Amino acid sequence: MSNLMSGAKMLLECLGREGVDCFFGYPGGVTLPFYDALYDHHIRHVLVRHEENACFAAEGYARSTGKVGVCCATSGPGATNLITGLVDSMMDSIPIVAITGQVPTKLIGSDAFQEADTFGITRSCTKHNFLVKNLAELPQIVHEAFYIASSGRPGPVLVDVPKDVFQAQGHYSPVTSIHLPGYKVFTEGHTGQVRRAAQMIWEAERPWVYAGGGIVAAGASPELRELVEIVDMPAVCTLMGLGGLPAEHPNFVSMPGMHGSYAANIGMSNCDVMIALGVRFDDRVTGRISAFAPHAKVIHVDIDPAEIGKNRAPDLPIVGDVKRVLQRLNKFLQELAPDLQAKNAASRKAWWGQVRGWKAEHPLAPVFSDTEIKPQHLMAELDRLSGGQAIVTSDVGQHQMWAAQLIRFSEPRLWINSGGLGAMGFGLPAAIGAQFARPDKLVFALVGDGGFQMSIPELSTIASYGLPIKIVVMNNGYLGMVRQWQELFYNNRLSSVELDCFPDAEKLAAAYGFKGRTVQKPTELASALETAVNEPGPYLLNVRVAPFENVYPMIPAGAAVHEMVLGPPEPVAVPK
Amino acid sequence: MLQVISLLLENKPGALMRVTGVLTARGYNIESLTVAGTLDPELSRMTIVVDVDPTLRAQVIKQMNKLVNVLQAVDLTDSRAVVRDLVLVRVRASLDMRTAVLKEAEIFNARVIDSSTEGFALEATDDPEKLNEFIQVMRSYGDIEVTRSGAVAVSLESKKLRLQPPIPTPLGSRDRTSAEALRAVKTGAQTGRDGETAVEVIEE
Ligand SMILES: Cc1ncc(C[n+]2csc(CCOP(=O)(O)OP(=O)(O)O)c2C)c(N)n1
Ligand SMILES: [Mg+2]
Repeated sequence: MSNLMSGAKMLLECLGREGVDCFFGYPGGVTLPFYDALYDHHIRHVLVRHEENACFAAEGYARSTGKVGVCCATSGPGATNLITGLVDSMMDSIPIVAITGQVPTKLIGSDAFQEADTFGITRSCTKHNFLVKNLAELPQIVHEAFYIASSGRPGPVLVDVPKDVFQAQGHYSPVTSIHLPGYKVFTEGHTGQVRRAAQMIWEAERPWVYAGGGIVAAGASPELRELVEIVDMPAVCTLMGLGGLPAEHPNFVSMPGMHGSYAANIGMSNCDVMIALGVRFDDRVTGRISAFAPHAKVIHVDIDPAEIGKNRAPDLPIVGDVKRVLQRLNKFLQELAPDLQAKNAASRKAWWGQVRGWKAEHPLAPVFSDTEIKPQHLMAELDRLSGGQAIVTSDVGQHQMWAAQLIRFSEPRLWINSGGLGAMGFGLPAAIGAQFARPDKLVFALVGDGGFQMSIPELSTIASYGLPIKIVVMNNGYLGMVRQWQELFYNNRLSSVELDCFPDAEKLAAAYGFKGRTVQKPTELASALETAVNEPGPYLLNVRVAPFENVYPMIPAGAAVHEMVLGPPEPVAVPK
Repeated sequence: MLQVISLLLENKPGALMRVTGVLTARGYNIESLTVAGTLDPELSRMTIVVDVDPTLRAQVIKQMNKLVNVLQAVDLTDSRAVVRDLVLVRVRASLDMRTAVLKEAEIFNARVIDSSTEGFALEATDDPEKLNEFIQVMRSYGDIEVTRSGAVAVSLESKKLRLQPPIPTPLGSRDRTSAEALRAVKTGAQTGRDGETAVEVIEE
């Protein structure tokens, strides 16, 4: 089979073969031929209002499904606008293919209009990138890009396509295989090591599971669940791993880290065997790394060999796909159980008692007030309305931390946030991508008043496609997280963190043709949220919350986990 | 501490930029870097000397191996290997010093490649430390000008080169996601680092 077609058409053919049903982008001069081919093609193009949001939306699509998210931008400013999204997906290991237009090949290097060295600029913010030099190599490169993006440790791959390559005509014959001789993916894990891990776990007195985004990426939730049930041991899921183990599961403790729970952090500090699954010992989890989990022997499973030993030297490294490794680990655990299970069963039981005690001592519980809406009250309501089933995309800041603490997710891929990069402006466009990917789902875009104002242009996209996203602004009138740090570490000198002049939500939504409202009274919050959910279309709910609430517990930056601060200092009487 | 790395990589656009970019971004200081073609015109050989804490050596190799275009990254620091560096030195030598300079050059096996009334141009090839000494000695004769090639190295042990075999592309059924399709083709999967079941093995 071979037929004559343009490069633009060929690209669409390849996208079709990769199963792409929709993608997010913004056109421009050099992508004109591509958009012309799109005009009568079945693949759906979603026109966002800024390229950064095209990449965030593609991430929302990818994060909510596990499929590759695709975004597209023109050369020069279009491509540079993608950068934050690319770095974001790099940090959180999200499979993205970004297609950028480039000036015609013969103009490359001449400082042509809207020329930027996209290939050079994106080298460090992609897993791999390509500059297509001629039409003949285009199909091959597109399939390589999808393979690299989605296999091994997922990540963003950029394909830069010059305008003349889009325009050139060539005979297309589908690529049947690709060859990347230097790209190795280790999936299985070493049998001997996996067996030793099983033995170490049974011999532990205080075992502990530290599960992260790798569980979500690998689709290893069922295996994780089996693991904690076989051994009956406590587990934490990181910010990136929430939902990896259902929040309601009896073995789930909570989130660890800077704003993790007391039990999660103290447990990590006291365990004797730590089973680290698809995690990278990020500083927001470990606090001061030298003081992290000082008594623990670490079993570290990750598909990326470079993560093993990067921040913490493991006692037992296993390179492999965490799903496959866990399948075999669970088998070994069951095989070894008759010989080993009983030995330390009593200690493990006592350990559980201790962990439950810590949990009861300092639970992550919502706070309520009669006079103002506490941020935690809002999260409790979102938790109630989502019933563990809704998709919640979050922006970055205090609201993100309270949401992670208090909204309970029963599955992976429901909690969608910018973890590694902490990119404000992520939440709203990510909700767009998630809603396209999962039209059946209730999607909340939970954003701060700061981040929301970075994303306002996308209200137009939401309106245009009639996406029934429920935008919930946790409006504290401040860049709350920065204000919190200024209060705690800079003598409360609040420097450039106040956000006045927030627009009237009802009028703002009305300007785009949908409904919106501001709610201020604690008694009205539940019904206001219900109204939003019951509205068939989009809804903008601006929730005015207590402005000076701080997120606790908190491990100050650079402090050790046991130096955690549990709550605000007791008020001290000021002498007159 | 200096680490000597030998890389075999595909001769693709941007390959050099990827290597140097990763090293810089991770904070490893490049002491020297050489790159040239191999018998296979599609491949290049790179020798890199980086200054890193010994505990980070494995991490550097892993970061290199993560690059899609790198076929093999080998740490030669402690293995049987030959490391060579080339130096070109211009020495000003007054008439009364000329014989002394030549004597000294002979000791270091350096060749005279140019001679003029002002002095000599010398060429020496040796391991990098030996060349440091040579340069020190030449300096004692006055102003010198030095150009070094950077280290090139060859391992004296034969290493198996493991390459990924070709992978079929997805079929494009619209309800089959590419991730699923890929998972399906990955089933002839491989074993971890110390594993055996890998991939096409080519003796180099
Ligand atoms: C793009 C970007 N700029 C700046 C920051 C630094 N930053 C982190 S949290 C935060 C405050 C966010 O304020 P808001 O959106 O109102 O959320 P809140 O913390 O009040 O819930 C800022 C400015 C960031 N994470 N991302
Ligand atoms: Mg705010």
